[in-house]
Amino acid sequence: MIGTRKGLVIARSRDDRRSWAVDDIRFVNLDVYSVAVDARRDPVRLFAGAGSGHWGPLLAHSDDLGKTWVEPESAPIAFPSGTDAALVRVWQVQPAPANQPDVVYAGVEPHALFRSDDGGVNFSLVEGLWNHPHRPKWTPGNGGACLHTVLVHPTDPQRLWVAMSAAGVYRSDDGGSSWAPANRGIQAYWNPEDQRFPEFGQCVHRLGMHPERPQRLYAQNHFGVYRTDDGGDNWQTIETDLPSTFGFPIVVHPQRPETVFAFPLQADGERMPPQARCRVYRSQDAGASWHPLSSGLPQDPYYGAVLRDAMCADSGDPAGIYFGTRLGEVYATRDEGESWNLVVNHVPDVLSIRAALLA
Amino acid sequence: MTCRLVLPAALRDCAGGRRELEASGTTVREVLDDLALHLPVLERRLRDESGRLRQHVLIFVDGVGVRGSAELDTPVGVDAEIFVAPAVSGG
Repeated sequence: MIGTRKGLVIARSRDDRRSWAVDDIRFVNLDVYSVAVDARRDPVRLFAGAGSGHWGPLLAHSDDLGKTWVEPESAPIAFPSGTDAALVRVWQVQPAPANQPDVVYAGVEPHALFRSDDGGVNFSLVEGLWNHPHRPKWTPGNGGACLHTVLVHPTDPQRLWVAMSAAGVYRSDDGGSSWAPANRGIQAYWNPEDQRFPEFGQCVHRLGMHPERPQRLYAQNHFGVYRTDDGGDNWQTIETDLPSTFGFPIVVHPQRPETVFAFPLQADGERMPPQARCRVYRSQDAGASWHPLSSGLPQDPYYGAVLRDAMCADSGDPAGIYFGTRLGEVYATRDEGESWNLVVNHVPDVLSIRAALLA
Repeated sequence: MTCRLVLPAALRDCAGGRRELEASGTTVREVLDDLALHLPVLERRLRDESGRLRQHVLIFVDGVGVRGSAELDTPVGVDAEIFVAPAVSGG
């Protein structure tokens, strides 16, 4: 699933991800900021969170792999009366682990988390986060006041993390009833020198987690790449060998918790790859060192960027890693990033991407 | 009181493919409330869940523009035409 600035594109492979056929674009002219595949269900359920500058946001689902889409008559995600808030955008749709088969989370703008207990048809506001005393001080990032990442502990449904721009990381240990900031060690570089490690307010761009090692999280920030080994209590930088610490996505290999992928950009004021070279960076030692990967990627001067949710992994073995660019290309690897192949080109700029292997 | 709602192409999928449909109400707000009962997905395209008219949605009653949520109580006469359009500012 490839969510773009002007619609949803689905690419399908029937030869173990060697070649791809691309469906006609759906949700034409809507920005598709979030896509998701809920493979816990039979049939598999797809989600698309789309929006229009005129007509507002929507969340639709498909139970026939994208042939038809349903937008429920009752708005799936809506702020309750009394909040005086209205949904601006669905940034993230995150099915919970298999031990919570009907639970789906959604991260939205303005900063809020919603939870569904019926497979993603009806969501309710997670009031513990909405009522957090810090919320009046959370500020929007350049992309908006977005809750863009939701991580759920694979075995403990009480523990979950959210990441918000520019509020930082928050963790709940009671299923969402209460939340605490989890940003110690992460820098807010724009603050005065003596205030660069605040309790909250960091501009986290994306989190990654491996389900076999859920105490270890990776974070790509607005300048800064970090790792925590204690569930977010403390973070350390993991930036050695990276050409820049700015970027958006960070993706953990689905089989190897020590392997992680990123796509560095030069800077916030220069959102293009360092030295204009299209390169994915991979670490195989949990961020202690990083190595560039470029075989099969454009070799000419390259000015595209990869947004926060436009890189993902599939569930295959060997794993597939995918990324979409703002130039409308999607690349994939099935050999750990040693070589990359073009999945599709000339689609609108890519905002979100998910891949799954289905029988 | 019945009026005629005229939709732009982008919204016709929300109304079963129709360009025009009938709605009831004596004000714009009541017409939108009626839509919320019978075509809720279409109504969400025009108003958010707090009841505000979306920022870049234009509504004209018999050719006269309704300027945002503050004028949702604009009267709608018998057989009035309510014309919906996307503002240039929205996209």
